[in-house]
Amino acid sequence: MKINSLKNFAKNMRKNIIFTAFKAGSKSAHIGGALSATDIIAVLYSGIMKIKKSKTIDNDRDRFILSKGHACLALYSALVEKKILKKKELETFEMDGSALLGHPIMNKLSGIEFSTGSLGMGLSLGVGVALAAKKKKKSYKTYVVLGDGECNEGSIWESILSASHFKLDNIVIIVDRNKFQQTGQNSSIMDLKNLKNKFKSFGCETTEIDGHNIEQIYKTLIDIKQNNKPKVIVANTIKGKGFKLFENNNNWHHSVISKSIYREILKEL
Amino acid sequence: MNIEKNIKLWSSLGMRATFGLIAMELSKKYPDLMITTSDVSTSAGLDRYKNKYPEKFVDVGIAEQNLIGISAGLSSEGFKVISTTFAPFQTLRCCEQIKVNLGYMKNKICMVGLASGLVLGNLGFTHCCIEDIGVLRSIPNISIVVPSDPLELFKVLSGAINYKDSVYIRLTAGSNTRIVNSKDYKFEIGKAIEILPGKDVAIIGCGNILGECLEAASILKEKKIQCSIVNMHTIKPIDKEKIKNIAKNNKLIVTVEEHNVIGGLGTSVAEVMSSDRNNCKLVRLGINDFYSSGGSYEYLKNIYGLSVEKIIQTVLSNL
Repeated sequence: MKINSLKNFAKNMRKNIIFTAFKAGSKSAHIGGALSATDIIAVLYSGIMKIKKSKTIDNDRDRFILSKGHACLALYSALVEKKILKKKELETFEMDGSALLGHPIMNKLSGIEFSTGSLGMGLSLGVGVALAAKKKKKSYKTYVVLGDGECNEGSIWESILSASHFKLDNIVIIVDRNKFQQTGQNSSIMDLKNLKNKFKSFGCETTEIDGHNIEQIYKTLIDIKQNNKPKVIVANTIKGKGFKLFENNNNWHHSVISKSIYREILKEL
Repeated sequence: MNIEKNIKLWSSLGMRATFGLIAMELSKKYPDLMITTSDVSTSAGLDRYKNKYPEKFVDVGIAEQNLIGISAGLSSEGFKVISTTFAPFQTLRCCEQIKVNLGYMKNKICMVGLASGLVLGNLGFTHCCIEDIGVLRSIPNISIVVPSDPLELFKVLSGAINYKDSVYIRLTAGSNTRIVNSKDYKFEIGKAIEILPGKDVAIIGCGNILGECLEAASILKEKKIQCSIVNMHTIKPIDKEKIKNIAKNNKLIVTVEEHNVIGGLGTSVAEVMSSDRNNCKLVRLGINDFYSSGGSYEYLKNIYGLSVEKIIQTVLSNL
């Protein structure tokens, strides 16, 4: 039953994502990387994290940092499903003066912890936030979603080195391993080879999962033990997951959904 | 704390060691203070602090981008954060992290840039820092303060911790700094201070180079030239009213800084003057946009026209 509700949450997120991208029209939207991260974010928001709508900032909430900020449609969609954002607000996406731009803008009350989008920065913030929890003896957890392309950035490796050095077992890092980046496949642009082993050699506890298997994502996250090591989950995903036209097609990294395409792909949900 | 009693001691120690001493005091006053650094605890005079308050000291290793990210994360969770490393690495190496985390998101940090300017000239221009003000000045929501001596550093740190924005505190000179302020005085971020009155020329400076300016002024006084000296410790937000007044009441302003003349104090003064009616000439003394051969502090100050003799010559040739 639980798993079904997670699946439903993910489905609704996908609905929101393509709706928002369609509404954005010629302004374009990052579609592929939002859809690859959708199931991970769905499980976090609907089954794992302590996050709810609140009029004041709840200091005990779990912290979620979308380091690959261009996947913001997945974050906004999850926040809509959690009733933290209003669905209507999605229609302001990338409009003049909107709070919901093409990369997240920090707004703690709206569930957006930090402004991300410049790649390679979110994990350092996460390390600071998780370190603060240790110093203040707080029990909240910090979840950071990284892109695999983002792991080209040297700052990611500075951060993971420190997460491990500071023994931050209260941070969970999930790599959306969709094997693509802006202009092509990781393997042809900057090969990441065995990411799981890389993180392991930095001192993290690592696992590799199917990033679209809701049950597996849930079980992996719920089973996490605190043992002085940061957790890294390499989640193998498909860029554009959920819609045949988009899947593994990097033309949909940042693109426009026309009315006819929107009508067509809706049928797949 | 008896501040005046400390003036001589602090100036003999220099800014960096004084910073370490002040950190001990600040930690007593602010229980949620966190000092972050990139493997420079000794150079920053922080070894005593590190031993006494290991829980309030975070060394991220030689990784300045991560230094800013972690500091911003700690700040967002309610810590008062002071980050520190050598000036080039505290500013240029992690410039975009500063822009996004401190400027754009307004996570508040006080950054202390050690040994900025020319003092590390023997180590070459990888370690000198003549660009930090220019680079940071273009980022919104960050204040820039250049203390003139260790006493002022004490005042700047105390002010910066409670200031609304992030603050970059730029430390100049080595040990045995010149004493610019020999008595206790009132300090406020953004409010320039006339430290010497005079009617013939106004010298506006920042950092310990004001010591050279004071010496130049006392020699010029023997030649019957009365210099006014203004300590423009805050480069951003710049004290516009003060500059407008100085420009109204003087025929000549000389700015003196251990920084590129592009983007620093001189530029800031020029920007204010250019938007106001005045008949005042501005001469900007500083690094004239080139990397010279390396050498001692004195050697470099001489090359860039920042020695006492060169300051005097500049004033005389422009009067």
